[in-house]
Amino acid sequence: MQFSILINGERRSVEADPDTPLLWVLRDDLHLSGTKYGCGIAQCGACTVHLDGVPARACVTPISAVGSAPVVTIEGIGTHEWGRKVKAAWLELDVMQCGYCQAGQVMSATALLAKNPRPTDADIDQAMHGNICRCCTYTRIRAAIKHAAGLPTADTREKRS
Amino acid sequence: MNDREDHEGVSGIAGLSRREFLTVALTAGGGLLLTLNVPSAAGAVAPYQAAGTLNPYIRIDPDGTITLVAKNPEIGQGMKTTLPMLIADELDADWSDVRVEQAMLDPIYGPQFAGGSLGTPLNWIPMQRVGAAGRQMLLTAAAHIWNVPLDECAAQHGTVRHRPSGRTLGYGALASRAATLPAPDLNTVRLKTPAEYTIIGRFTGGVDSPRVLAGEPLFGIDMRLPDLSYAVYAKAPVFGARLVRANIEELKAQPGVRDAFVLRASQPDAAVRMGLVDGVAIIADKWWDAQKALRKLRAEWDPRAASNQSTHAFALEADRLAQKTPQTVLRRDGDVETALAQAHKTVSAAYAYPFLAHATLEPQNCTARLGHDGSLEIWAPTQNPAPGAKLVAETLRIDPGKIRVHMTRVGGGFGRRLNNDYMVEAAAIAQHARRPVKLLWNREQDIQHDSYRPGGFHHFTAGLDAEGRLTAFRDHFITFGQNGRVASSADLPRDHFPAGFVPALQYGQSLIELAVPTGPMRNPGGNALAFAFESFLDEVAHAGGRDPLALRLALYGPARVLPAPPPRYGLRIPPFDTGRVRGVLEEVARRSGWAHRDRLPSGTGMGLAFYYSHFGYVAEVVQASVDADGVPHVHKIWAAVDIGSQIINPAGAYNQAQGAILDGLGQALHLLVTLDEGRVLQKNFDTYRLLRIGEAPPLEVHFVRSDNPPTGLGEPALPPALPALCNALFAATGKRIRALPIDPKHLRSTAA
Repeated sequence: MQFSILINGERRSVEADPDTPLLWVLRDDLHLSGTKYGCGIAQCGACTVHLDGVPARACVTPISAVGSAPVVTIEGIGTHEWGRKVKAAWLELDVMQCGYCQAGQVMSATALLAKNPRPTDADIDQAMHGNICRCCTYTRIRAAIKHAAGLPTADTREKRS
Repeated sequence: MNDREDHEGVSGIAGLSRREFLTVALTAGGGLLLTLNVPSAAGAVAPYQAAGTLNPYIRIDPDGTITLVAKNPEIGQGMKTTLPMLIADELDADWSDVRVEQAMLDPIYGPQFAGGSLGTPLNWIPMQRVGAAGRQMLLTAAAHIWNVPLDECAAQHGTVRHRPSGRTLGYGALASRAATLPAPDLNTVRLKTPAEYTIIGRFTGGVDSPRVLAGEPLFGIDMRLPDLSYAVYAKAPVFGARLVRANIEELKAQPGVRDAFVLRASQPDAAVRMGLVDGVAIIADKWWDAQKALRKLRAEWDPRAASNQSTHAFALEADRLAQKTPQTVLRRDGDVETALAQAHKTVSAAYAYPFLAHATLEPQNCTARLGHDGSLEIWAPTQNPAPGAKLVAETLRIDPGKIRVHMTRVGGGFGRRLNNDYMVEAAAIAQHARRPVKLLWNREQDIQHDSYRPGGFHHFTAGLDAEGRLTAFRDHFITFGQNGRVASSADLPRDHFPAGFVPALQYGQSLIELAVPTGPMRNPGGNALAFAFESFLDEVAHAGGRDPLALRLALYGPARVLPAPPPRYGLRIPPFDTGRVRGVLEEVARRSGWAHRDRLPSGTGMGLAFYYSHFGYVAEVVQASVDADGVPHVHKIWAAVDIGSQIINPAGAYNQAQGAILDGLGQALHLLVTLDEGRVLQKNFDTYRLLRIGEAPPLEVHFVRSDNPPTGLGEPALPPALPALCNALFAATGKRIRALPIDPKHLRSTAA
């Protein structure tokens, strides 16, 4: 079947079975391989993209469900104001180790800040819960989100526990 | 910079005061610097390939751009940044002029692997020498051009300056001339003193990070080639089972499928050797089509006798073996039976830990292309490319000289990718299909076909004197093996602490027969042994009424350097230094407020652990409590780490220490692989529960600088996290964790 989808502001046409996950259309048809495969069951968040501005797991989103919703991926998020700030913070704090999950982390973090520019630690925990980092760079992910938001990055949680 | 310092405790770097024993350590341990194998080619450095190429690691373009080669694979430990930093500093390059290129597998670079936390100790001096040789060639070129004495020239930030005249020439203008000069002897080039470093020690971001965040195709899974097909490979759920029959014709008829065929195991024990095993390959134009066709696979496997390969059966067998004399005595110091009989008090406890999967977030994959001339080109996310190429050559009978291996960026290693099963599968599929293929495992295959961290069982008995001192120590270690040989990464080193520090000690060992593949996982041995030994040591401290910190300080005794062990990995092993143990124990105690832990609210406890591994000394304190459901809540973790005199890249170093600590925490809290009649029950991250952000507590990492050559940090910070947590939970609840993962039921306030 033919699908026309809006990706990173560009209209793209793809031929795919309706049940094909958006992830594989992005990766193997459109060669937008910044979005990663980790689990295929929406457990790890490596495939996080924005669908109409909301984080979505591309591995369980059939291409037929995308419809007219604009899709933004890691390749396009840098043109988004928060996307740009989040990426800059990620680099400044040198968040990544292997880096495989980080596109998904950045997409979730950008969506969080776009909705909530001054997140608390609890907000961060909730928004980032679905994104696994196998290297466990969580300390820096938390700090980088705060840094992008212009908040102090010191981890003060234990003082409240 | 302040923000970074605050949340990472950079401000807390402690200088160990120089003491006499440290000087001794430097003399002995300093040998490490001098005996390391220099990259094979670098000794023979002649003008090499393109203009501006000073040696196999350094190329300088006329515009001053400096390309440095990173020899080892990048699996997330930052070596692609760290190794070029060492070259660039000695080269007196400006880091902003540097771009980094990943080497291919090539004997010219000597050993190329990511493992054993060896990237730093093996390359610390050789990479600096490579840079220093380059600098000397550039200085000499300038001296020739100006016709002035060499010692009037100085290099700085990519420029050579003639001091008397003030004339300057950039490296870009000098490189082609420098490249024609004879290469200096790497063993005699002068290296900088630490005070002269301009790049080493600076917070330096990962060289690939901007490209990762731009979504560029860097990882193995991102590989693209003309006419590339996608492959899946279905193996038996039971390790070692043979394929009897499969519905190949039906698979071939699935939409998008180009081909389907059977491959056979290369040898009977290929499963435990991580070689090519029986399976069904499906090749399609899109990976999703191959994956969909895989669901239609109907295969009959001969499971062999795997019914005893179950977690439950292993536990019963371990109980049975525990009643008997150990099959092997690994070590016997003094007379442990008499010492136990004469002890003022004895303590006994049994500890157990499960099999674990690595679960790299990038599933195993590999791309392979067969050339018309019989050559084979491989793109692999591997930690260990050379044994992979050898495995492919032997299995597929390809001339090793015709195999070229590209090292892609690797989405997590953790030891999984020291094995190359995915590489031989991709190569075999490409050879059979006679077309370029990218093999990609799905997550379920990845978790169910790992080289697992082996489980194990320890039966400890300790003898204490009236003052609570440890006088006797016995462990009956029940582990796994094949035909009387210990399985990969299932061994107990005979010098494992407290061996050598207790007058009477015995380590006995018994084996359970294993048909499941095992292999190294981040800090092999240590990731399990630290939990058992350091938790039991805490029991000993409590039984003897002693502070766990004081007990350890007394056991390790006064600061001294022990005799150096024999060389390994071609390098002289730094001797064990009890002063460094003391240094990190005292530092972590001070940082965490260990002495004042009795002031913590009721129900909150602190636990301490120390572990020496991969030449690194790490002490950690965990503060934790337990909620009404018995679920542990970690409030904070403090770590003190001694990996020598120099933190090469603080950006990577803090990240490694933090990540390793949280990795260990996740293992203790959640991770478990269950075997059932030769198969793994867990399939994906819903049942194999990796740590998530809300479970990651605040961390403080403090580096204790000692006068020793820098060593690696990928692994040493992991092991103490598990026992420090369990010891904290004991302090909080009075309940001892003797089996992993931690079961909240055991910690509920009503639990016995």
